[in-house]
Amino acid sequence: MNYFVIGYYALLIGASCLAAFYGRRSIFMLLFSLTLVSFVVGIVGGESALWTITLCAGALALSAGTAYAFREFLVNISGRETAKALKTAPLTAAFGMFVIFTYAVMGIFAPVIAPHGEAEVISSAFAPPDDTMLLGADQLGRDMFSRIIYGARNTVGLALCATLLAFFMGAFAGLLAATKGGNLDQVMGRIADVIMSIPSLIFALLLLSIFGTNLIVLVIIVAIIYSPRVFRLTRAVAGNIVVMDYIEAARLRGEGDLYLIRKEILPNSTAPLIAEFGLEFCFVFLLIAGLSFLGLGIQPPTADWGSMVRENATLISFGEITPLIPAGAIALLTVAVNFVVDWMLWRSAGLKE
Amino acid sequence: MAEKPEKSVLLDIKDLRIEGYSDEKWIEIVHGVSLTLRRGEVLGLIGESGAGKSTIGLAAMGYARDGCRISGGSVEFDGMELTTSTEAELRVLRGSRIAYVAQSAAASFNPAHTLIEQHVEAPLHYRMRKRTEAQEDAMELYERLRLPNPQEIGFRYPHQVSGGQLQRAMTAMAMACRPDLIIFDEPTTALDVTTQIEVLAAIRDIVDQFDTAAIYITHDLAVVAQMADKIKVLLKGDEVEESSTIEMLEHPKEEYTRSLWAVRSFKRPQKARPGGDAVPVVSVQHVDAAYGQTKVLDDVSFDIHAGMTVAVVGESGSGKSTTARCITGLLPPTAGKILFNGEELPPSYRNRTKDQLRQAQMIYQMADTALNPKVKIHEIIGRPAQFYSGLSGAALKARVDELLDLIELEPSQYYNRYPPELSGGQKQRIGIARALAADPTFIICDEVTSALDQLVAEGILKLLDKLQRELDLAYMFITHDLATVRAIADEVVVMRRGKVVEQGPKDEMFTPPHHPYTDLLLSSVPEMDPNWLSTVLEERGVDNVGEAANI
Repeated sequence: MNYFVIGYYALLIGASCLAAFYGRRSIFMLLFSLTLVSFVVGIVGGESALWTITLCAGALALSAGTAYAFREFLVNISGRETAKALKTAPLTAAFGMFVIFTYAVMGIFAPVIAPHGEAEVISSAFAPPDDTMLLGADQLGRDMFSRIIYGARNTVGLALCATLLAFFMGAFAGLLAATKGGNLDQVMGRIADVIMSIPSLIFALLLLSIFGTNLIVLVIIVAIIYSPRVFRLTRAVAGNIVVMDYIEAARLRGEGDLYLIRKEILPNSTAPLIAEFGLEFCFVFLLIAGLSFLGLGIQPPTADWGSMVRENATLISFGEITPLIPAGAIALLTVAVNFVVDWMLWRSAGLKE
Repeated sequence: MAEKPEKSVLLDIKDLRIEGYSDEKWIEIVHGVSLTLRRGEVLGLIGESGAGKSTIGLAAMGYARDGCRISGGSVEFDGMELTTSTEAELRVLRGSRIAYVAQSAAASFNPAHTLIEQHVEAPLHYRMRKRTEAQEDAMELYERLRLPNPQEIGFRYPHQVSGGQLQRAMTAMAMACRPDLIIFDEPTTALDVTTQIEVLAAIRDIVDQFDTAAIYITHDLAVVAQMADKIKVLLKGDEVEESSTIEMLEHPKEEYTRSLWAVRSFKRPQKARPGGDAVPVVSVQHVDAAYGQTKVLDDVSFDIHAGMTVAVVGESGSGKSTTARCITGLLPPTAGKILFNGEELPPSYRNRTKDQLRQAQMIYQMADTALNPKVKIHEIIGRPAQFYSGLSGAALKARVDELLDLIELEPSQYYNRYPPELSGGQKQRIGIARALAADPTFIICDEVTSALDQLVAEGILKLLDKLQRELDLAYMFITHDLATVRAIADEVVVMRRGKVVEQGPKDEMFTPPHHPYTDLLLSSVPEMDPNWLSTVLEERGVDNVGEAANI
């Protein structure tokens, strides 16, 4: 028994007692079950296991604190209407927004932040971390940290372009199908079915090997693969709106389809579409990272998280976590975007007038 | 009804206060209402929407909707205080001793289970009866409620029976555990007059037979006059007055109560058709229409002259709205033609000219769905003016202001607002303004007042009347409410099952002899006389009401 272990249990038990005394049921249950779990884990895993738990709890508390502060910050700097909406954001969403904000800064100011160029060879292959290289070197001796910073720009930027394109194609087709109906709707629906029936990764690999791998082709192919999902959602959402009386009134007035889409349908379907945009972004992002991992996405020497995982994959057999860092960056962004999307979905579902 | 011996108090609500959450604040919506209900007594709660009727009804079960809370006062049910009881204790009461009948039976039944399955759920849950016993009991109740085929109807699914039958099945379900108290929340509001009468008769019988206490919530005075022993009038969460039904009908004390009575007195002089060979604005000639293979209109013909109001009446499903869809061109007729000022209109709206579209406008029943919630008022009203007359800038703004003035809304206040911020009546006014913006000669009003309270509805009717006089508009007024017809119509067209049963000037239509169906419609409209229901039932015979009526 040392002071850490004694302090650890004393803190947990004291906190649970306080929670119980002030009638905070859920907090008490959480703290006390953690105490009981710690007993078991402490006996099995020893002091180091307790340290792990402490570190995890600390990291969680730190993220929660950051998220809380970030939300307050956003509420203070934004306008009245936005502030009101932001106040309803749960901590997870605030955390997601913070992560997205960090990635955006990373991508936009990459040349300023990164200590070395993305294709600059500065040491031997797989050199360990030192004073100049925060995370060590990759298989060609390029600075890992710099490449991750540049990767944010390339991977995220590309995914954003592809998602936007997919979105414009899918949403426009969906709105048109819902407004026009009839044969046009049928034809578009069946085309979407055909595209969706082919496994996306295999379809992408096939098309990329036919048309060659350059960035524009990549963006267009990914956009085509993902637009049917947007098409379906938009058509379903718009389908509920076109039966409303105000659409009928506009039609009887003699309005054209473009006016109907732009002025009457689109303003009423933005909430689910924005939520879908976030979800699509994650999928597109993962697909591009996957393609890069397979060697058909973004081509070297451009830094990209997917190909970085592949290039450094051999290191994992030496017990190094370096290849996991770009993978972690992908995972963190995906989770963050999903947190924000969840909140938006909740808003669009629950706060309808 | 009134001379029952004093019975023990069943429900005692004292100084009930309920708060609702909006704009991050708790706002009191019921300001200290008290009521007592004895066993076997029926209390009618009436008031406009937003008066807190339903909220009080739910509070009598110890329940507050999401976003509401009971903030003060007490609700004592048979000696048990409900406001402080736990959820578990309340759950035992609900369904077994207090039952609730909702406004829309169609939305309250689970469409995936048969009626009887849902009926026996409560008795089984409380272990009051075995399944077979409960089913037999359900059949007996169905019989008492005069549902057709009581042995068999329970095994149908909710969509297989009509709206009136469903509402009666729901009442039967509420009786399943023989509760001491039933709360009826506008059980007949969504029904036609002809169906309403049979549900009213059934409810009244069953409440009498089992000596159940009931709270009957409605905004229709004539209905509550048939049902209740005493009536309580509510206004914006405050009690206005309470007294026995007869007393209330004969000597209302408060000004507000009298204004509720006065609503039905709005009437305007009837206009006659212009003589000679005046060309009608709209002439529907031998129109047939079908949805797919189902024929819904059969040889419908009538004329609408300039400056006149033609009311089209009938039950739901009688083809009133379909006729309107044929006139607007949404549903091209399969035979017959529609003349507008003597010229034949193309059957589909797509082939009509901008001017033809401009001339005929429509006002919808549900202002909520008829106005785009994400578009500002001035754009909603301004768009037709911009579209047809090419107005823009200051001229457009002046036109919108003029229209807002016409519908008696202050332009500066409403110019930049969105539809969801307005009340039901205001929304309906915006709908009228949108129709007027096109500068039409003919307007179709599709049940424009049926979703509104009586006072608000009267405001709308007066406005429509004023506009008709000022702008010489012709109206086609679709409704199932005969009180509205009496108030505003010049001519009446009665429709049934896609056919015109009878038509003519209002005076003739409202004086006997009528076509038997017109007679049925007219005699089914509740009157302010507490004995009206009994009289009608006696005249027609108990089994000859509503759908079963023999005409």
